[in-house]
Amino acid sequence: MSLTRRQKLASRFREFLAGESVIDQPTSLAAYECDGLSAYREQPLLVLLPENIDQVQQIMRLCHEQRLPVVSRGAGTSLSGGALPHAEGVVLSLAKMNRILEVDALSRCAVVEPGVRNLAISEAVSALGLYYAPDPSSQIACSIGGNVAENAGGVHCLKYGLTLHNILALKVVGSDGEIFEIDQRSLHSDGYDLMPLLVGSEGMLGIVVEVTVKLLPIPRCARVVMGVFDSVEQAGDSVAMIIAEGIIPAGIEMMDNPAIRAAEDFVHAGYPVDAEAILICELDGTEEEVVVQIALVENVLRKGGAVETRLARDEAERLLFWSGRKAAFPAVGRISPDYYCIDGTIPRKALSAVLAGVRALSEEYGLRIANVFHAGDGNLHPLILYDANNEGELEKTEELGSKILQLCIHHGGTITGEHGVGVEKLGEMCVQFSEPERNQFHAIRECFDPLKILNPGKAIPTLARCAEFNAMHVHAGEVPFPDLERF
Amino acid sequence: MNEIEDLSIEDELCTQISSVAATGGAIEIIGGGSKRFYGEPIEALPIDVSAHSGVIDYDPAELVITLRAGCLVTEIEALLAGHRQMFGFEPPCFGKEATIGGMVASGLAGPRRAYAGSIRDFVLGVKLLDGRGQVLRFGGRVIKNVAGFDVARLMVGSLGTLGIILEVSLRVVPVYETELTLAYEHDNADDHLRWINELGSEPYPVSASMWSAGRSQLRLSGSEQGVRQAVKLLGGEEIAPDWQRLREQTLDFFDPGLPLTRVSLPPAKPDMFPGKTQLIEWGGAQRWLSGDLDIAALRDAVAAEDGSACAFRRHPAGVPFFHPLPGAMLRLQRNIKSSFDPAGIFNPGRIYPGL
Repeated sequence: MSLTRRQKLASRFREFLAGESVIDQPTSLAAYECDGLSAYREQPLLVLLPENIDQVQQIMRLCHEQRLPVVSRGAGTSLSGGALPHAEGVVLSLAKMNRILEVDALSRCAVVEPGVRNLAISEAVSALGLYYAPDPSSQIACSIGGNVAENAGGVHCLKYGLTLHNILALKVVGSDGEIFEIDQRSLHSDGYDLMPLLVGSEGMLGIVVEVTVKLLPIPRCARVVMGVFDSVEQAGDSVAMIIAEGIIPAGIEMMDNPAIRAAEDFVHAGYPVDAEAILICELDGTEEEVVVQIALVENVLRKGGAVETRLARDEAERLLFWSGRKAAFPAVGRISPDYYCIDGTIPRKALSAVLAGVRALSEEYGLRIANVFHAGDGNLHPLILYDANNEGELEKTEELGSKILQLCIHHGGTITGEHGVGVEKLGEMCVQFSEPERNQFHAIRECFDPLKILNPGKAIPTLARCAEFNAMHVHAGEVPFPDLERF
Repeated sequence: MNEIEDLSIEDELCTQISSVAATGGAIEIIGGGSKRFYGEPIEALPIDVSAHSGVIDYDPAELVITLRAGCLVTEIEALLAGHRQMFGFEPPCFGKEATIGGMVASGLAGPRRAYAGSIRDFVLGVKLLDGRGQVLRFGGRVIKNVAGFDVARLMVGSLGTLGIILEVSLRVVPVYETELTLAYEHDNADDHLRWINELGSEPYPVSASMWSAGRSQLRLSGSEQGVRQAVKLLGGEEIAPDWQRLREQTLDFFDPGLPLTRVSLPPAKPDMFPGKTQLIEWGGAQRWLSGDLDIAALRDAVAAEDGSACAFRRHPAGVPFFHPLPGAMLRLQRNIKSSFDPAGIFNPGRIYPGL
């Protein structure tokens, strides 16, 4: 791309944006080359940092007129390359739109700009005894706009839901610069319910410029019990046994031995480093009910084969138990030059079979894997340990990751539970969805964005991309998992 | 659960749709017919899809059930109850013939809606037949799934205008250990609205609320300990529950001789209808009005308060059933309809003209 085009466009945007809100110097653009999936990098033409809705509208009108690709970006913590720039387009950063506009205690909701950090919402309303429930592990850094784009989850979503379940209204700037709103504060929407389309749409249907989030009362009491197991199978079965008791834990997480060791080395949470698996189970509610339910869960864990159960004695220890789990990714980052996080979801009953499959693939590829698992909702995060400096190891890692995702599909699961498709899982989308299904996705996108300028090349693979993927992955005319049931 | 192998009904429907599409006709999708009143009347060939029934998969420990759309809601609720589970959204049936497909397509939820979530919140996946005669699957059988746009949930409340729902996977929840109902005197609606919204800031195990004729009712559901403690803090008079009759709209309030209007408002909005025959539920978000009224004027008034109104039952012919959409939004939604059903075969005009 010639500098002149970049400069010409920059001056058009500077007609309505402050000078420093238009980044056009290659050295400054470098900071926006990638998101949390740093293996993919691209330099955009420009980075734009609007400060209000009006500026977002003007940006979109100009991009629409110029047919410029627009990649919106929050905090850039995506693990799937959702915010990877387009070489011929602009990055629209919502980072400056980071104000909490209104907190309505009586209606238990808050209106916030998209750049507000997830955790900042809960911090701002904690004095009212309220909080915002979805808590992705990156909640210190990630923005609510990004959470909406990815339908972010977290460790408490079995009980409290995903982002979708905790959003009441959205204000969106469409691809043509016009505003549309989805307002469900009345728990109703006229016509089609567009909320589930927008939430998780990976920046392809509009630019979210205002979010009304639901606030919940902080539970009076939360306690955590840890179950220590000699086998991952027993740990997995214990989760089903807890659910069968009619208990929905606030959070229930599993880690396997490599993940336990990495986390323990890092945060010293007191994890048993010889255990094959641990379950961390949190219950919340009133003091009285939590006491009863914790006892019940401890009992189930022992019946399920736990060699030991540990009850966090106080709030400090409860947070300590969680700290190891929440720091699992960086912990793994300490024991390996690089790691690659996979995000498949499976029906819980398939856990043993899938973990056995993952182990076999790990051996086949000669790459170590640590597993952390949102056990309550079947969301598995195998972390593949590799070294990008070794020639070809990233490619080998990606291939292994793809095999794991296809294994998840094979067992009735999905290729992404909460991280999104982005650029990363386009190939696997061709396995999970048929051509008519993918065509339907494209058709929906075109209803919102006929010129296809919003985050082009992400989330939904083109026909050509799928042909390429299938050519690579179909050997001797054989499709992987021919008996595949995709529902 | 038995896997049902017989696909003949599905094949038959595909053939039927393809031929209707080819001849430029239109169909009205009929399940149990219990919610046929919900929406604009349709002039099209009625097609009964209720024979497409059967439980495809139900493993209580997964908290997920996969059903063919023709399953009866009452039968499935009985099946779930046998495993001490239920639908969180407490769907109204409005007739024992109500089907799962109609439940999802109408998107109507009962008293627990404000506390447990909507049908949309519990839908995990659908298999549907589109206007080209293609069978498409979206979502899946797992709780967390962000692969592709969430088309499965778009089906909820789409009233059959986007396609024929063939199968649906729904998340289910455990039945509460205990449940009881408390009553309080609140002479006017505003007292109730303030009280019920303030209550929401405390973690009480509320699962339903209602106000009518000067009396508030509150349902508490949860563990023995949690409910008992809440009762101690909340006081009130324990009364026999009447939630089933609220859910099915058989309470005396729902006079079968009068028009019924549904007003949706942000829950803490003050009362807009003093002196009218009104029932408030969902913590203030859903307000029913019984009796004749000028719905056009009402719509203007509630829209100014960020709400909307539905001519739910027995309004004069010609009154738009649903609250009209702004022009740009209606155009967007018509485009979405066309993307699934380009020839306009399914329930044409059920929601709005062109939708």
